[in-house]
Amino acid sequence: MANKSILVVGGGISGITAAVEAAEVGYEVFLVEKNAYLGGKVSQINEYFPKLCPPNCGLEINFQRIRKNSKIRVLTLAEVEGISGQEGNFDVTVKLNPRYTTDGCTGCGKCAEVCPVERADAFNFGLNKTKAAYLPQPFAFPMKYVIDNTACTGASCGKCAEVCEVKAVDLGMTAKTMNLNVGAVIWATGWDSYPVEKLANYGSGTVTNAISNIMMERLASLTGPTSGKIVRPSDNKEPQNIAFVQCAGSRDESHQKACSSVCCMATLKHISYVKKQYPDAKVTIYYMDIRAMGKHEDFYNKIKEYDITMIKGKPSEIKEDAETKDVIVLAENQITQEITELKYDLVVLATGMAPATAAAQVPAAVGYDVDGFVLSGSVPGIYAAGCVAKPGDVASSVQGATAAVIKAIQSTVRG
Amino acid sequence: MAKKLGFFLCTGCGIGEALDAAALTKVAAKEYKVPVCKEHGYLCSAEGVELIKTEIEAQGVDGFVIAACSNRVNGDVFKFPGVFVDRVNLREQVIWVHEADDEDTQMLAEDQIRMGLEKIKAGEAPAPYVGENLSKTVLVVGGGLAGMTAALEAAKAGYPAVLVEKEAALGGWLNKVYKTTPMAAPFAVPEDPNVAGRIAEIEANSNIKVYTGAVIEKIAGGPGMFDAEINQGGNIVAERVGAIILATGSKPNDVNLDYLGYGKYPNVITHAEFEAKAKAGQIGAQKVAFIQCAGSRDAERLAYCSAACCVETLKQTIILKELAPEAMSYVFYKDIRSSGQYEHFYKAAQETGAVFIKGDITGISEAGGKLIVESEDILLGGNAKVEDIDLVVLANGMIPTNKATEAIVAAEGDAAGEAAATQEAAEKILNLQYRQGPELPNLKYGFPDSHFICFPYETRRTGIYACGSVRAPMDMAKAVGDATGAALKAIQCVEVTAGGAAVHPRSGDLSYPEFALQRCTQCKRCTEECPFGAINEDAKGNPLPNPTRCRRCGTCMGACPERIISFKNYSVAMIGNMVKAVEVPEEDEEKPRILILACENDAMPALDMAGINRLKYNSWVRILPVRCLGSLNLVWVADSMSKGFDGVLLLGCKHGDDYQCHFMKGSELAEIRLSKVSETLDRLGLESDRVRMMQINIMDYAELPKIIDKFAEDLEEYGPNPMKGF
Repeated sequence: MANKSILVVGGGISGITAAVEAAEVGYEVFLVEKNAYLGGKVSQINEYFPKLCPPNCGLEINFQRIRKNSKIRVLTLAEVEGISGQEGNFDVTVKLNPRYTTDGCTGCGKCAEVCPVERADAFNFGLNKTKAAYLPQPFAFPMKYVIDNTACTGASCGKCAEVCEVKAVDLGMTAKTMNLNVGAVIWATGWDSYPVEKLANYGSGTVTNAISNIMMERLASLTGPTSGKIVRPSDNKEPQNIAFVQCAGSRDESHQKACSSVCCMATLKHISYVKKQYPDAKVTIYYMDIRAMGKHEDFYNKIKEYDITMIKGKPSEIKEDAETKDVIVLAENQITQEITELKYDLVVLATGMAPATAAAQVPAAVGYDVDGFVLSGSVPGIYAAGCVAKPGDVASSVQGATAAVIKAIQSTVRG
Repeated sequence: MAKKLGFFLCTGCGIGEALDAAALTKVAAKEYKVPVCKEHGYLCSAEGVELIKTEIEAQGVDGFVIAACSNRVNGDVFKFPGVFVDRVNLREQVIWVHEADDEDTQMLAEDQIRMGLEKIKAGEAPAPYVGENLSKTVLVVGGGLAGMTAALEAAKAGYPAVLVEKEAALGGWLNKVYKTTPMAAPFAVPEDPNVAGRIAEIEANSNIKVYTGAVIEKIAGGPGMFDAEINQGGNIVAERVGAIILATGSKPNDVNLDYLGYGKYPNVITHAEFEAKAKAGQIGAQKVAFIQCAGSRDAERLAYCSAACCVETLKQTIILKELAPEAMSYVFYKDIRSSGQYEHFYKAAQETGAVFIKGDITGISEAGGKLIVESEDILLGGNAKVEDIDLVVLANGMIPTNKATEAIVAAEGDAAGEAAATQEAAEKILNLQYRQGPELPNLKYGFPDSHFICFPYETRRTGIYACGSVRAPMDMAKAVGDATGAALKAIQCVEVTAGGAAVHPRSGDLSYPEFALQRCTQCKRCTEECPFGAINEDAKGNPLPNPTRCRRCGTCMGACPERIISFKNYSVAMIGNMVKAVEVPEEDEEKPRILILACENDAMPALDMAGINRLKYNSWVRILPVRCLGSLNLVWVADSMSKGFDGVLLLGCKHGDDYQCHFMKGSELAEIRLSKVSETLDRLGLESDRVRMMQINIMDYAELPKIIDKFAEDLEEYGPNPMKGF
């Protein structure tokens, strides 16, 4: 008899969707997330295109669905270390990393108030700091504090443990292992930004004011390091002349060959962020093709109403003016075919999506395609969903995650 | 029915320090005579939960209030099935946003408790509505790639599927193509459409019943109990099904293409005509121009991009190379939209030697039996002119099949108009026996999409899911994925319906609206306003509810002027009682009161976030969550005004084109209703601005304190509600 439960690995929008959709059919679900909170990349995004609405709104509905459904067990700070067995009967080992607070945490925040040390805030790419006892992000689900072991000075301080009236701080907590038996697995660990460090002609990450597109999301977000004010990192100056460079490390034989399918729309959206704050800012896009698919064309048309300079082609080089920290972009002038050097206050690199499995593979013999994305079902019973399966926007990731659920259900019926 | 109430107060997280706990408990014990009242310093602990459980069992408590933190936290520990529980939020919405040890804060906390107790008094835990003769069969309308996929996926999961195709054979568009675009990695080589293999797989599956040469005559009922009549060559067959998948695809756009010489020059053909030539094995051309966005991305034609034409054209350049190796392709384009991994396919097409020219077409002409295409050339500068072309292939976009139903829906009630429109559109598709029209409502451009970001399978007709190119423009690989997801939603819907629960977004909700029909005045507002078309009407105009279609938003309840629509745990009277339970001080006490009716999906979490960020705001407010602002019944506004509230603030989601309302129309309907109140208030000499509606999203939490404080300021300026004290 096949096990009817489903393991979902990755608690971003794809994993959350897969978990709630499966549980709402009636299946028992384990949702495993490596971070201390659910939401993944979308929780770092300021607004979705094309409605310019906040991701936290949809996440809130999904969290409600999780809260109300007793069939879902959420495991945060957890990683899948091993999968053995076959379709209908997988044995899975999950490592539970210590949170240093127990389930008894009420989220009151007193531990953070008294904590004397700080750490770089990973949620905001280190652009600001939190205490070592911290809430992972303002909309964290579960709404429970975490203690960063690498920053915490330990029991010798112990102020957090002292102040916690419900005794939820446990600085001696250690990693644990948990064994699960499930009928099917949905792998939805998402994507990482293709590293700017690999783009040598774009300064390998040394150009301070050439930021990645996902960093732009944090800069524009109310919950970000600047409370939503877009400023350039070197001097917090309000940028008045901004360039967007599309396909940075994508559609590129030396980097990622494929297109990431979302960066064009993301950039158009970023232009709306910029124009909302700085209506007079000059905006330039370096692009190959603007891929505003389907009805997204309407959004492209809306953004084109702003006065934007569109330059077809990829810059050959991006460097920093050592004195002003302005960003110098070298590109070919299409009409004269000469190389021009243009200066910008801020450059946003539309870095693409690298599958998360480039850094952490599935601990099973699954196949990967030419671009490194997981081949869904290459091991019967193990399916991939979201951006670890193919680059895509939120809607297509949700759609793909929903599709992966019926595949997983079929495995439990068959197995 | 006899009811035993309970009250559990948590004094942890600073509640006990900031507020007078004994006085709070006194509200429950003395004012409300609640027999079971307990305080605990850590109610969400195992010990606290045990205390609640023990009391429920020992005392037979069937409804109680937990006065502690927000219901957005600890939902997993405070879970008591079958008992009616209200969570009064003394933490995020009281002590974290108002002064500790303060008279106004204390009064607020006491009023919020009064409201919670009124709610418990007026309601009860709902028992589900479970229909009779429920079916778990999935009906798939449209037997093309998407429809075949959906039927097969549902069947493989163990659910019977009924597949209806209007043509004589399954396959749809697949029958018309020589090859398809690649469906899987490495996305580089066109694929055989394999229609025979796909049909064989369907025929081999005993869970699937196929009707070809058949259309839907009509569909009545709702999820779990749809009664479909299928017309197969004049023979009507009845099928009871649980959920429906609409997969009727799209049609090529072949109108308004004369600007590209279509219809004028015989060698200007459409994308589909090229496929037919390829299928016949004979292209008969040496120099072929492909024109992208033919009639698309064009304000005067199809404004949208059809999302598949670029990869389809790339495929045709590869096919051309295969069938006529000496032939040359010229692709005129605006942007090559070979999104994602189709980049490999773009490269494969480039490797055939195809020439890509970026720019708008400036002219197509004929000379000596050959065609000439002229365009801008953005890459090289200036203009391009390609002569001696044998064949021009137009990448004409797609029009969803649902587009044609718009005219029929619009002509509803006008028999002649409807007949003419039906003639024009050839046929209705689903012919739903719904008061709000026979087809899935379209969002834009004829696509029956609804929420297309977070919840692509949200639908405005519960249990009916559109997928493939009828839902949104998409390529074939996407259509397969979309259909697979739709199959999951269909089987989920039949399972959820079998348990009497709601589907997204109030997943699992067992409550449903009940109608006290003897008091109905046949005003039809409920049947007109339901965002999901859940309520039908009899000949006299009485509502005929279909609980399995219901999404439990309460819009009908808000619409009803006679207040005859109630849920077991949510009703007009309940909210009215909650409003009236607030203690409104006399005018000379100079303590105005503001009622906030807040949408529980976005505004309530935003209020919580204000608390989590410890943002302070005016403590005159009394906050009351509503399922959706669409459930706003105007009597609540009247109740609060006559009670002496100085103002009412309605917090709902954004509406309009980029609506964020999870029930599509709820907040918009509330605003329309409100416009009527404004007139009344003005007539009564009350400032209409005393009732203010704001569109709030979850990220507006930092603005909320300002919005509230500004409202309080304005109300001070208007002075006290003159009805106070009456």
